[in-house]
Amino acid sequence: MRKKQLDDWLVAGVSYAAVGLFALVCVVPILYVISYSVMNYSDYLANPFRLLPKRLDFGAYRQLLHFDLFYSGYKVTLLITLAGTTLTLLLLLLSAYPLTKTRLKGRNAVLSFIVFTMFFNGGLIPNYLLVKWVGIYDTVWALILPGVISVFNLLLMMTFIKTTVPEALEEAAIVDGANELHVLFRVILPLSLPALATFAIFSAVGYWNSYFAATLYISDRSLWPLQVVLRELVVENNMGMLGSSAQLQQMMAQTRSQPFTLKMATIVVTTLPILVVYPFLQRFFVKGMLLGSVKG
Amino acid sequence: MAGTKTAAGSARTGLHPAAAYALRHKYLYLLLLPCVVYFIVFQYVPMYGVVIAFEDFNFVKGLTGSPWIGWDNFRYMFSLPDFYRVFWNSLALSVLRLLFTFPVPIALALMLNEIRRLAFKRVSQTLIYLPYFVSWVVVGGLAVSFLSPTWGVLGVALHRFGIEPPPFLTDPAYFRPLIVLSSVWKDSGWDTIIYLAAIASINPDLYESAVIDGANRFKRIVHITLPSIRSTIVILLILRIGQLMSNGFEQVFIFQNGANKTVSEVFETYTYSLGLLSGRFSFATTVGLFNSAIGLVLLYAAHRFAKRIGEDGIW
Repeated sequence: MRKKQLDDWLVAGVSYAAVGLFALVCVVPILYVISYSVMNYSDYLANPFRLLPKRLDFGAYRQLLHFDLFYSGYKVTLLITLAGTTLTLLLLLLSAYPLTKTRLKGRNAVLSFIVFTMFFNGGLIPNYLLVKWVGIYDTVWALILPGVISVFNLLLMMTFIKTTVPEALEEAAIVDGANELHVLFRVILPLSLPALATFAIFSAVGYWNSYFAATLYISDRSLWPLQVVLRELVVENNMGMLGSSAQLQQMMAQTRSQPFTLKMATIVVTTLPILVVYPFLQRFFVKGMLLGSVKG
Repeated sequence: MAGTKTAAGSARTGLHPAAAYALRHKYLYLLLLPCVVYFIVFQYVPMYGVVIAFEDFNFVKGLTGSPWIGWDNFRYMFSLPDFYRVFWNSLALSVLRLLFTFPVPIALALMLNEIRRLAFKRVSQTLIYLPYFVSWVVVGGLAVSFLSPTWGVLGVALHRFGIEPPPFLTDPAYFRPLIVLSSVWKDSGWDTIIYLAAIASINPDLYESAVIDGANRFKRIVHITLPSIRSTIVILLILRIGQLMSNGFEQVFIFQNGANKTVSEVFETYTYSLGLLSGRFSFATTVGLFNSAIGLVLLYAAHRFAKRIGEDGIW
């Protein structure tokens, strides 16, 4: 009996230690970046492992406010996130509902037509040529439209409607003289709000974080989303691209923060919206993931 | 509801039954229209676009006017030493990644399941899901700020001890470990969710009778929890094997630089630089097409294998 207890303690101990350690590894780098962004650079050099800054220095943030690309980046990212998420939700709702009608003629054909794209697609160059050909190259639409509907999410939405909306409710509405549009907006939509909330989060995070589409389809810097600006600045270490206005030059000469601190501030400002809403949304996305696993 | 009263409808309106059926369900078909148009334009047109792999494509002549060259691009590809290097890099990277990133979420989920203090469990879950929501650019930024030899944390720290910091970000030897570690950091926590759901659906009676039989916690993990989530593990493994030929563009592109290209050039980045940087659209499409074809074969093979060993497979 004592042996068994010892084994149990060992399993529990290892679990707490390993999970706790992993959780720390996940969050500590982010905390450091936030701390470095408000830390005086000389303090950082003196002790880079210090997590709490001795004195707060918001110089890097003030400086960031003068960068044109930063402004335009924020604007583009907000725009594509809002527009893209709205469009994603609308399309998901509109298309998932008719696809749940298993007896609708042509439904199976349409569904296979859609699902096939999960297994094969044209690839990078044909997609690039398409974006040029459709005429959305170098417009925000190139950042919004490709990938606006994910087949996987469409299948999840269908499962959600099928499992949560009672067919009797729908039939009652039809008997009362409602047409299918009424059913969609008065019955299906209100009941689907939890699922739509989950998809909204995933879609918004996806648009906010993506930089691949912009790398391919945007050459005009004023249309660069935030992530691309961040990449130039932090990963490519290209500080010069931020702007060359006389005012900026002057400011750089006078009160400039160290490039390192500036980079940290840029990372924080880019990630902050996600970090702020994250704790409130966790409930939704875990539910969404579980929705997927039920379908298996 | 669909399919009822069709005959009555056509008798009343005097239309062809099919037309009457379509009219009756016009809203359903109208609702589907935007989605179908989207998939035609953004998925099927590019799919047709792969024909340029068999053409000597140029912009002026267009898709239909460019001269047909058959399999020439493929012959050229197989004669190119670069191609084999990219093939090897892609495969080595994704196999290595699979080897490390696949078991970690399983282990984490098993351990999370052993944690009885709810507060501890909730807080750790919140923290380990967090990196999933951070963009690859930011992960790249974190890597640079910690590992840069000149001003990164590690660099600054090592310099203080008089040690020259190794060039983690530019030395090809560190590229694969960096990719694997950053994948583990970003996705492992998130990937536990699906295993935790599978564990949550295990019948508690199984554990109770095991306790009565005197099985300790470790034995319960090995003999109950693991076998119960076996099919989830197998399905996820199949999906991952089906994706062995793709490394994803964003992560690799962030960690790639001139110095590590010998190991960091994978299919995605190679296609990008061939097509968009050098303008060799046809050849880039050929390489991309080869890559997706292998991917399809792998997915099918993994699926068949799962069926063979008595699992469900993916369709």
